[in-house]
Amino acid sequence: MSTTAHDRLRENAHGDARGAADAAPVRDRVDLGTVRVIHTRHWFRWTLSAIIAFAVAQFVWSLITNPNYEWGVFAGYFFTEPVLIGVGYTLSLTAISASIGFVLGTVLALGRLSKSPLLQSAAWLYIWFFRSVPLVVQLVVWYNLGYLYPTLGLGTPFTTDFWIVEFPTVQLISAFAAAILGLSLHQAAYSAEIVRGGILSVDQGQLEAAAALGIPAGKRLRRIILPQAMRSIVPNATNEVIGLVKGASVVFVIAIPELFYAVQVIYMRNSRVIPLLLVAVVWYTIITTILSVAQYYIERHYARGSVRTLPPTPFQRVRRWIAAQWARLGDSPAPSAEPPDAPTSPPRPGAGIDAAEETR
Amino acid sequence: MSIAAPSPTTGLVEIHNVHKSYGGVEVLAGIDLTIAPGEVVAILGPSGSGKSTLLRTINHLESVDRGSVTVDGQLIGYELRGGRLHELREKDILRRRTQVGIVFQNFNLFPHLTALENIVEAPLALGRTTRAGARTLAERLLDRVGLSDKADHFPRQLSGGQQQRVAIARALALDPKVLLFDEPTSALDPELVGEVLDVIRALAQSGTTLVIVTHEIGFAREVADRIVFLDAGRILEEGPPSRVLVDPEHPRTREFLAKVLA
Repeated sequence: MSTTAHDRLRENAHGDARGAADAAPVRDRVDLGTVRVIHTRHWFRWTLSAIIAFAVAQFVWSLITNPNYEWGVFAGYFFTEPVLIGVGYTLSLTAISASIGFVLGTVLALGRLSKSPLLQSAAWLYIWFFRSVPLVVQLVVWYNLGYLYPTLGLGTPFTTDFWIVEFPTVQLISAFAAAILGLSLHQAAYSAEIVRGGILSVDQGQLEAAAALGIPAGKRLRRIILPQAMRSIVPNATNEVIGLVKGASVVFVIAIPELFYAVQVIYMRNSRVIPLLLVAVVWYTIITTILSVAQYYIERHYARGSVRTLPPTPFQRVRRWIAAQWARLGDSPAPSAEPPDAPTSPPRPGAGIDAAEETR
Repeated sequence: MSIAAPSPTTGLVEIHNVHKSYGGVEVLAGIDLTIAPGEVVAILGPSGSGKSTLLRTINHLESVDRGSVTVDGQLIGYELRGGRLHELREKDILRRRTQVGIVFQNFNLFPHLTALENIVEAPLALGRTTRAGARTLAERLLDRVGLSDKADHFPRQLSGGQQQRVAIARALALDPKVLLFDEPTSALDPELVGEVLDVIRALAQSGTTLVIVTHEIGFAREVADRIVFLDAGRILEEGPPSRVLVDPEHPRTREFLAKVLA
């Protein structure tokens, strides 16, 4: 409790005592500044937490003791070459198609928000089409494009007379290229709506103020609108990227050995289904964890100015806690009268601005 | 930036026969108004009378259906070619628009930028100055509105009055000939109104043409050279505050003043 609240309580107590001196019985005249505070006990929360803790402990115990998990097999395959190559494929498919998807998605979002009815409907049609066609179908079509269009090239429009350049389609579109095409185009349709939602969430007055200041359209978007839109884009975008990490496993239909396909191939051979699925699950968990941490810091970056003072990051909190404990170790037992929460919470003057600058 | 120029020569605003409708409702029904360089004009009127719309046509934030607005003889947003008005390309509109600054009711500061960054954004985006030059300019402007110690604060860390003063500094950064105020104190707590009015009062003496839409009748009387009273998209009467506010000709003006001053 801060000293001001403390003083206020004491004042109130005195005020009450003075004001009600003739009416109130003597036993009510307690100095509220000195009595002990008893916090409310949250029995329901405690019980629920205990049940959850028990369930988690039970599950962890079974993970360790149940031999059916075959942790030895798990460890044996975790770093094998096909698995690592699979992780590499999963990561590169995700990274490339998420990047292309979001760039194209931003263009589509701007199309949908443009004043031109032609661009609006073109963007709407794209999104409608690629949200309708199942990704698997798209991948198969891109991979087998050669059946539909045996050769691709440049030449006279509306003929198949490719007199400038001509390529056999099979040579042009490899399995990996088909996967990237399919995932990117699919992702772009979803990203477009996320980006559009983000842009719509920015106050119209911002655009107006920027326009009134004569800031050119491109800079208005990049410097004023998108940084603010990012606040609502980032959580959804991270969802999409994490979805893509696992969603990329559908490229097994065109036989790309990404992570999930790789472990499938192995357990088809040796029938150790559970430990090999666990290999995939743990890798996916690691990737998702890294992305979630990245999300936290990216969100924090774009939260700049949106709150008066940014809360400290978990890392900063740990560092401060350690520093406080360290300081307490060195101290003589003089500040024993200090409230118990004092060491962790002394707000530095201007802490908000410091924190904001650290994220820059 | 000119400080107390003896007789300003730029900032002439000529509004001629301006009409504007929204979905069949006529918001501006033929406005004619000439504002001399350096003049301070306060626009009064009941809500919905078209005050803000009129103000926003001056820098082409609103396009007009008919009529014209010129600043120093130059059309804002259009070009006269072959007897017709052609709407200008975005780039040219922006360039002309920078001659006219605007301060909004809700400040519209960029929340993700600090006070100083808010001010340097436009001069830098328009390539008018170097980063260092913009910084010096911004510091000088912040000093002018009495906020030199708040340069690194974000808008959310400032009070409403301070935010509005930063917004004024931001508008001044492009050295506009005309400055528009759209109810600059309406969103402020009463005790913060004074600090913003002080800044506007100082500007009124600097030779910049000011057009102020306001509900602060007392302030309008003190600072304005001329009061324009608008009702239902028309100018009902105009003249020096000493006449329009004390002895209005039109019954609608009298009615409005009686309500506002009650």
